[in-house]
Amino acid sequence: MKPPRFDYFAPQSSAEALAALAEEGGEAFILAGGQSLLPLLTMRLARPRLLIDIMRIEEWREIRLEGGAIRIGAGVRQAELESFPGLARHQPLLALALPFVGHPQTRSRGTVCGSIAFADPSAELPLALLALEGQVHLRSRQRARSLAAADFFTGTMASARAEDEVIEAVSFPVAGEGCGYAFREVTRRGGDFAIAAFAAFVDERSARLGVGGVADRPFLRFMPRPGTKDLDEALDAFAFDLEAREDLHASARYRRELVRRLGRLALEEAERCRA
Amino acid sequence: MEAKKVEDKSPWLGRSIGRLEDKALLLGRGRFIDDLGAPPGTLEAAILRSPHAHARIDRIETARARALPGVTAVLTGKDIEALTAPLLGVLKAAAHSFPIAIDRVLYVGEPVAIALATDRYIAEDALDLIEVVYEALPPVIDPRAALLADAPLLHPGLASNLVSDRSFRYGDPESAFAQAAFRVAIDTRYPRNAATPIETYGVLADYDPGADAYDVLSNFQGPFSLHPVIAKALKVPGNRLRLRSPPDCGGSFGVKEGVFPYIVLIAAAARAAGRTVKWIEDRLEHLAASSCATGRLTHLEAAVTGEGRILALDWDQIEDVGATLRAPEPATLYRMHANMTGAYDIRHLKIRNRVVLTNKMPSGLNRGFGGPQVYFPLERLMQRIARKLGLDPLAVIRRNLIAKEAFPYRTATGGFLDSGDYQGAVAAALEEGGIEELYRRREEARAEGRLYGIGFAAVVEPSVSNMGYITTVLTAEERRRAGQKSGAQATATVAIDPLGALTVKVASVPQGQGHRTVLSQIVADIFGLEPEAVSVRADLDTAKDGWSIASGNYSSRFAPAVAGAAFLAASRLRARLQRIAASQLNVAADEIVFAEGRVSARGNPENALSFSRLAASPHWAPQSLPQGEESALSETVFWTPPQLAPPNDKDEINSSLCYGFIFDICALEVDRVTGELRIDRYVSMHDCGPLLHPAMVAGQVNGGFAHGLGAALFEEQVYDGEGNLLTGTFADYLIPTVKEVPAPMVLHRHTPSPLTPLGAKGVGEGNAMSTPVTIANAAADALGLDEVTLPLQPSTLAPRLYGPERRRKEKTLARGRDAVRE
Repeated sequence: MKPPRFDYFAPQSSAEALAALAEEGGEAFILAGGQSLLPLLTMRLARPRLLIDIMRIEEWREIRLEGGAIRIGAGVRQAELESFPGLARHQPLLALALPFVGHPQTRSRGTVCGSIAFADPSAELPLALLALEGQVHLRSRQRARSLAAADFFTGTMASARAEDEVIEAVSFPVAGEGCGYAFREVTRRGGDFAIAAFAAFVDERSARLGVGGVADRPFLRFMPRPGTKDLDEALDAFAFDLEAREDLHASARYRRELVRRLGRLALEEAERCRA
Repeated sequence: MEAKKVEDKSPWLGRSIGRLEDKALLLGRGRFIDDLGAPPGTLEAAILRSPHAHARIDRIETARARALPGVTAVLTGKDIEALTAPLLGVLKAAAHSFPIAIDRVLYVGEPVAIALATDRYIAEDALDLIEVVYEALPPVIDPRAALLADAPLLHPGLASNLVSDRSFRYGDPESAFAQAAFRVAIDTRYPRNAATPIETYGVLADYDPGADAYDVLSNFQGPFSLHPVIAKALKVPGNRLRLRSPPDCGGSFGVKEGVFPYIVLIAAAARAAGRTVKWIEDRLEHLAASSCATGRLTHLEAAVTGEGRILALDWDQIEDVGATLRAPEPATLYRMHANMTGAYDIRHLKIRNRVVLTNKMPSGLNRGFGGPQVYFPLERLMQRIARKLGLDPLAVIRRNLIAKEAFPYRTATGGFLDSGDYQGAVAAALEEGGIEELYRRREEARAEGRLYGIGFAAVVEPSVSNMGYITTVLTAEERRRAGQKSGAQATATVAIDPLGALTVKVASVPQGQGHRTVLSQIVADIFGLEPEAVSVRADLDTAKDGWSIASGNYSSRFAPAVAGAAFLAASRLRARLQRIAASQLNVAADEIVFAEGRVSARGNPENALSFSRLAASPHWAPQSLPQGEESALSETVFWTPPQLAPPNDKDEINSSLCYGFIFDICALEVDRVTGELRIDRYVSMHDCGPLLHPAMVAGQVNGGFAHGLGAALFEEQVYDGEGNLLTGTFADYLIPTVKEVPAPMVLHRHTPSPLTPLGAKGVGEGNAMSTPVTIANAAADALGLDEVTLPLQPSTLAPRLYGPERRRKEKTLARGRDAVRE
């Protein structure tokens, strides 16, 4: 479990990082916490020529409240977001989901944007970003663009990020009045990636359910409000439409059942929180 | 006041004093194998491993790897074969097994080539440059399939994958089954799992061509019966193989027995390269190719009366040992032979034992060693009998337990259960464990529609293995030809230095248990000293220390055997010092007492010497010793209990020296929505005799419980039909973490063993045997199940709660994938 040879570059500014990325293209990987990347390196499943460690770039290390959103820079660690003052008030879903992300030890190293970039279909942060209809802010040496979360995740560990782009920040909308949130998941052990995870969001007009761990990426769907008669049927349709995965830890059928049962409980909990 | 103080401090044994080991460990100054450094010029090894479960090796191309700067050598099976002989095994079936594939690979992860380089990074780079051309062969993964006539053969030299098939008969089982009112049967499958110590294998090997001798440092745990196997494989006499262990070892639980083939491999590589070679196993290697428990398929039947009294058992066991039968296998299948009737008074039984090869990692020692595989079907059967007969499971257990008056109890298969009060321990566990409260909780939960269950298991925990039990796999005739094997031996030396300080040496090779602390307590008590004043070495150097084939740390032998041997050695040395002191203090030897660092005449504390002055005197003035007294500089005891005879012609065998007792209760709830399992209370009653250090016993029970819980809920080495390992990382081979392991309620009774010097019995493995089946019985009770398969996963439990899944409704079919993303 020793990585193959690579070069290491720790730029002080975003311009240096973006220049290096532009020059190396697909041969360079961004190192931002390393909780997923380092195991891939030591198992020789990834063989980048260059690692660009962005954790010394001050301008990417801040959490800002702006334009009705929490904007989280590329170098912000999950633990830093977890302890951001007033997080549960600004965005309850994030405060609910973060304790499920790995363990305190991994959260003290891992970054929010790193988890989004990795696009693991079972990870909590991509699910939360999708459920809240957040934005991914990408930047290359040439250009900057922002994508809706739904357009960013394209498959298992796959995203719309181009090789020369870095996720400069992600933004989560702050909670509005009269909104309710709930987060539930099933894992085999505390801290594991989810067998199925549910992010529910209910406001005055609508109810939404995001589901992670079931399909190749997180999915979000508008649902009938909790307590209405169509909910079970809609959940059943969602369960089938997700074309649930099967793996060592759970059958596809089990995942569908969790969508039906735990999905409903999550929506009901969000509805209760709204009140 | 003085007398009171002595009373407070003595005896040390039986008190949970701070561990002598902990200061260095807490300071990060433990001396583990990878911390010790290596001589200049040492090469680091990396091992290329098979990606196939079964394949012929057509060609290995190493030129590009050898050309890489920093690489000294790349060795293949042919190179190793030239320097070694096959690893000897218990059965001929193991013949022609090498620690590396020669021309065929038999499991995923089997070594195929070794790269030696200046560091491990370069060695791994070299592996990337080795090209191996394989010709895939059909693998056989399922042990039943391996028994079929047309199954692919793992070893072409053998007629079949069935390498042993023995049948045993004790008492009159046919009549008992004919007379019984009921016949209750169960089929179980016990998964292959492993104890996953935090520190992996490590070997540092050197070859001296001048003496044709090997010097190996390794975190091998024993049994040192494998020392001759290693020496034979390296083609040197035993006195040309110096095997040493580092002072600290980061856990083993049996697993570090399995480093021995790698000792042969790395030692041969050192010889081939003419340099010292170091190899530290990484976690991927460990999960794929270290060692794991056997898997077992069992069909068990009981002849039962209408009241639930068991008259006879009929066992049919199929043992999956993986790709080769590595010594000491098939020991897992025979370690429990003396106690195949568990804690029960059953006089008639039949046993059929089959050992089968499959294309998986070879099995070896693992905490519980044979116990989980036996107690899972036996204690599941007890619950099944209760269900079938409409009885209380607890009543069935209690009706069959061996009575207190029957001890010592000779089992039908030849076991000698040394002591116990099983009924008393069960009654105390129910009372102190609060069974009435648990029944009440179950009733309330069920009234609310919740799924709550209670399970039990009664287990006899053997310790101190009889080295002869393994030969039960041979027929009496084969045993006569092979020569008798039996017994257990423990070694301890207590020595005095010229300043009168004591050093204890034992061949116990601990992996973190705290042996040094307990030995210091024993010796401190005997000489009236503080434990800190006693120095203890528990690591082993076969070139310098006293040892035997039974040395090492396995079969829970420390407290009953090793600690006892140290007690005897210290007692003998004390008797000698008493005689020397008697001549100096002018009193009779039996009037000499040792307390508070002084040696004095009983009742006359003024007539005294300091202990260190007395103890040092044989060094400084040997001529002044009393007439006829030998020098009292050290005392070595080789202790061997007489009760461990070889198997007799009726295949009766007392496979262990002492037998503790465990009774476990588990109460748990299964979540109706998710199928997740939550343990409400776990009670574990132990009778392992007197507790030498209660906190360490608690550590063993809690650790065994965590392993047992892991086996029940998480752990299995899973292979697909092609023999690919699906649990090759800790992301898929799940072990319980602190979040998953509740604190068990641990209770004790203290029935001493009449056969061990301190009355102590082993306690290190019991919960690995009792906990998996107790949890399974509780889950079966909660869900009303007849069949329970480990590990118990929510994904497989939950569908039983849901009923059949309805097909999707017609109108939603029209909604495609895109509709999901609104």
